[in-house]
Amino acid sequence: MAGTARMTAADVALERVTQVPGVRGSLLISATDGLVVAERLMDGIDGRAIAALAANLVLRLGRATVGAGLQSPRFVHLRGNAGSVLAAPGTDDLVLVALVGLDANLGLARLEMLDAVGRVS
Amino acid sequence: MRALEPWVLQPLQTFLTESSARLILLMTTSGQVIAQHGFSRSFEVMTAAALGSAIVASTEELARIMGSPRFGALVHGGNRQSCMLSAFGTPRGRWIGLVVFGPETSVGIVQLFFDQMVEALVSAAPREQPAPPVLAENFERELDTSLKELFGR
Repeated sequence: MAGTARMTAADVALERVTQVPGVRGSLLISATDGLVVAERLMDGIDGRAIAALAANLVLRLGRATVGAGLQSPRFVHLRGNAGSVLAAPGTDDLVLVALVGLDANLGLARLEMLDAVGRVS
Repeated sequence: MRALEPWVLQPLQTFLTESSARLILLMTTSGQVIAQHGFSRSFEVMTAAALGSAIVASTEELARIMGSPRFGALVHGGNRQSCMLSAFGTPRGRWIGLVVFGPETSVGIVQLFFDQMVEALVSAAPREQPAPPVLAENFERELDTSLKELFGR
């Protein structure tokens, strides 16, 4: 449609996740490189740093669980005092990451992320 | 780790600890080595410094021809190890960092902590006048002194 930007699958996934109440931003990152593929973040949030550190966390957790004879995690929830970082590893080296506040609907965020990362990967 | 100037050591050590990089070489744009970690032979350092500064000069010229600003970093990804080359401004002039890292870390992590190291170097750099340019007649003596400093022999 003229005048309308076409949304990629990544944009759609990020849009869905950021619409969940309490979600402050979301990113699609490359797990092995720790680089941002697409992002939708509130001002003042450093997506590059989140991508690098979240990718590192997911990779290390994956190695740890595989080393322990378990499967790689399907979902990671890192809880802090002011909120949480959620990560849903997909296929093709992609990871969907969300930053959520304490007031976030974590269950809904988890469902949306798992569904969205499955559609992107 | 060896450095010609002691104030470089702390930011460099922090970078190595945080990024898990294997090797790092800090040099001026003319290829003079400022600090290094992980290289075992002076020949390797001199070769890497010469090649690194030449590559940065080439990419900056390419950027100029393309009418774009300087490239931020050049990353060469490999299976067993990768390499990042990035030039940055300091109060002591323009420097170049050459970082070699393996699959135990990522380019995102290396870039993130490299940028933090640059900020730390800029704030730690003494503000006095930089050393005068090395003259041709002193070059060999200066080079020998720098290599002894960097390799402790």
